[in-house]
Amino acid sequence: MSKIILARILQGIPVLLIVVTATFFLVRAAPGGPFDAERSLPAEVVKNLEKRYNLDAPVLDQYVDYLGNLVRGDFGPSFRYPNRSVTELIATGVPITFELAFYAAVIALLIGVASGVIASVRPNSLQDYLPMSLAMTGICLPAFLLGPMLVLIFGIWLEWLPVSGWGYSPGDKILPSVTLGSAYAAYIARLTRAGMLEVLLQDFIRTARAKGLSMPGVVFRHALRGGLAPVVAFSGPAVAGLLTGSFVVETIFQIPGLGRFYVQAAFNRDYTMIMGTTILLSCLIVMLNIVADIFAVWMNPRLRQAK
Amino acid sequence: MGAVINRKRRIPISVGIILIVFTLGGCDLGPTNVEQGNREQILHLGNGTEPQDLDPHIVTGVTEHNIISALLEGLVGENPETLEPVPGMAEYWIVSADGRAYTFFIRETVKWSNGDPVTAQDFVWSWQRMLSPALAAEYAYQLYPIKNARAFNKGDLLNFSEVGVKAVDSKILEIELEYPTPYFLSLLAHYSTFPVHPPTILKFGDMDERGSAWTRPGNFVGNGPFKLKSWRLNYIIEVDKNPHYWDAGTVKLAGIRFYPIDNIQTEERMFRTGALHATSTTPSEKIAVYQSKAPHLISISPYLGTYFYRFNVTRPPLDDPRVRLALSLAVDRQAIIDSVTKGGQIPAYSFTPPNTQGYFPPESPVSYDLEYGRVLLAEAGFGGGEGFPVLELLYNTSDGHRRIAEAIQQMWKKGLGIDVRLVNTDWKVYLSRTNQLDYDISRAGWIGDYPDPNTFLDMMLSDGGNNRTGWRNNDYDELIERAASLADQKERYQTFEQAEMILDREAPLLPIYTYTRVALRDPSVKNWFPNILDHHPYKYVYLQSD
Repeated sequence: MSKIILARILQGIPVLLIVVTATFFLVRAAPGGPFDAERSLPAEVVKNLEKRYNLDAPVLDQYVDYLGNLVRGDFGPSFRYPNRSVTELIATGVPITFELAFYAAVIALLIGVASGVIASVRPNSLQDYLPMSLAMTGICLPAFLLGPMLVLIFGIWLEWLPVSGWGYSPGDKILPSVTLGSAYAAYIARLTRAGMLEVLLQDFIRTARAKGLSMPGVVFRHALRGGLAPVVAFSGPAVAGLLTGSFVVETIFQIPGLGRFYVQAAFNRDYTMIMGTTILLSCLIVMLNIVADIFAVWMNPRLRQAK
Repeated sequence: MGAVINRKRRIPISVGIILIVFTLGGCDLGPTNVEQGNREQILHLGNGTEPQDLDPHIVTGVTEHNIISALLEGLVGENPETLEPVPGMAEYWIVSADGRAYTFFIRETVKWSNGDPVTAQDFVWSWQRMLSPALAAEYAYQLYPIKNARAFNKGDLLNFSEVGVKAVDSKILEIELEYPTPYFLSLLAHYSTFPVHPPTILKFGDMDERGSAWTRPGNFVGNGPFKLKSWRLNYIIEVDKNPHYWDAGTVKLAGIRFYPIDNIQTEERMFRTGALHATSTTPSEKIAVYQSKAPHLISISPYLGTYFYRFNVTRPPLDDPRVRLALSLAVDRQAIIDSVTKGGQIPAYSFTPPNTQGYFPPESPVSYDLEYGRVLLAEAGFGGGEGFPVLELLYNTSDGHRRIAEAIQQMWKKGLGIDVRLVNTDWKVYLSRTNQLDYDISRAGWIGDYPDPNTFLDMMLSDGGNNRTGWRNNDYDELIERAASLADQKERYQTFEQAEMILDREAPLLPIYTYTRVALRDPSVKNWFPNILDHHPYKYVYLQSD
């Protein structure tokens, strides 16, 4: 087991190096620099700025310098926010994005697994069709539509919940978490249903039923562990998606998370900030995929033996 | 059996869900920001994007202006209605007869927020910082009217004592100008000329260091009506009343909360639910709704800015002024305003907005005149649009710009029989392409820095960094330079008029409209007056619900 983990982690390192290199050269190849603005600057000013941020050196030298700093854990200063380092910007955004992603994941799992199980117990009945058509709707509704709709209903018409903010007034975390989680809830519902249906048709389930075990007993004690395998495989990419895909929700609800910084950095050509967030998110994605693999092995003994 | 248990269990679950919904529904959200703010004199403002910094010598944007003008004050302030310079840090001043020497007398009582006195030396030090090449201040040119300021900023002059600013004693500041600058006092109300507290800057870095920690809450020392309380990135900036401010008796607000909201739909929703007293802008599709259903919440006022298109005059057929004029004549500005922008903008036929501090552009040869446009196009050899190449119309990605571009594309197609292709790119690509003259026609906007025609007209100098059209005209350059040397305002404006006539005739630009500020504002906000710079000195503002 530990060998597998070690191997996966070692495989992650070249992936990250490729990501760093590609991003570094791609952002510099994009037209327009960090200091281009509506008012063009005098040549002297541009020169001073480029010197300050080491942009006057040859690109290869910049790359080597950057890697050197990176190894020491230094992401450099932000170009856009001159009095902030990239590390500081990331450190303020990350906890918020993580919290948002966590609530969204909990909501997605609770709703998704529950409705998937309910649907699978009586396939092709109303109990199946209702949650599954809801799930289809959830998949089809993008966050930029669902978010404002929820705000309109619960924030403006009913006046139950705040329309924006994060930890500023009570209840302001509910709508963003639901908005972000709902699409994933829908996927999880469909995956759970499919996984459960497959397991419920197997012989050991029939045996359990024949021994007089109740349906909930069968579901919770026997079927769920196997039925959730597809959900576990999906959870790695899903969490990564929740973390990287929070930008839309953060913008709609005025949440100071990492997603807003990431997208603003790309538009502003804030080279160091783009690098910092890209590296962080690719590390996360690599790690989450490793964790999901380990879970899959743990839940399915056959995989363990195969390796 | 299992099914029976299931059914029994489902009842409590559904009851639970209903209970949760009802508790949520019953939970009281408490008073809104506006209600609470009106009681406590706390103003809640939507403020566009996250400020880059709060250092007046580093930043360049409107969102930064809105915050810095609460925290710092220059030699002069602004009348909240007319923007006329009023005494600020300086109690009074004397201007020499030739308009080239100013003497400012700084108030005896003015203090920094830590209790230190504000001195003439602080101004000298601050302007030396602003002009230091290593600080690379983007707005350094605001001080260029001062003698030798430009040379020092370019690094040609190393000794700052040769720059025309001197502290005679701790309260008297003498300034010598390169040329008479009738708008010089207005420049002194701009944040780029505001003083900073030297000991604070030096505590956190060198004089000319960019991005030191001095602007953080707890470190910031200012001299304005408010002081910095907190700064949460991408979330909120809080300022509270500064008891050390010289005119604290006038300040009625206890504090201001600035929210950086980049999504204008979110900002409007926050306003609608009472989270904001005022927004920084309004989604154009909501303007008509507010005007018909809640006219007391929306305000539209002229703004010192022009929305226009640039022609790349180095590319045929746009090198022919007749072609440029024909394109301009075929644009129905009023129709764009009525059915696209909908914000009560003013159709523009000249570059400088009308009534820029009393200046009106001369009558322009351009109007909406299709017949004349067709004649000019035919004279240029493209009768009925025959043989006219397909030009590219470049704009930065935005719904508003796209809609205007589509309308103009239609007008040219119908009116002149010519085709243009719309090209949109992200902001930085757009900037890089216009800078390198890699476009045919591009959209643009220009917002004045100070209320004077010069802030518009000097953009089109042949070697101006913001010209970006390839257009060069020696007569024009001479007129703009001559205007700079004139002390008499009337003669100066006449010179500008002559320059503007050349610009109208040659048409390197296609003016479309004069901007308006369309903002939502709660009626409880008092002493908030419309003006062309959209400046609202907070010391006069107060809150009172009717």
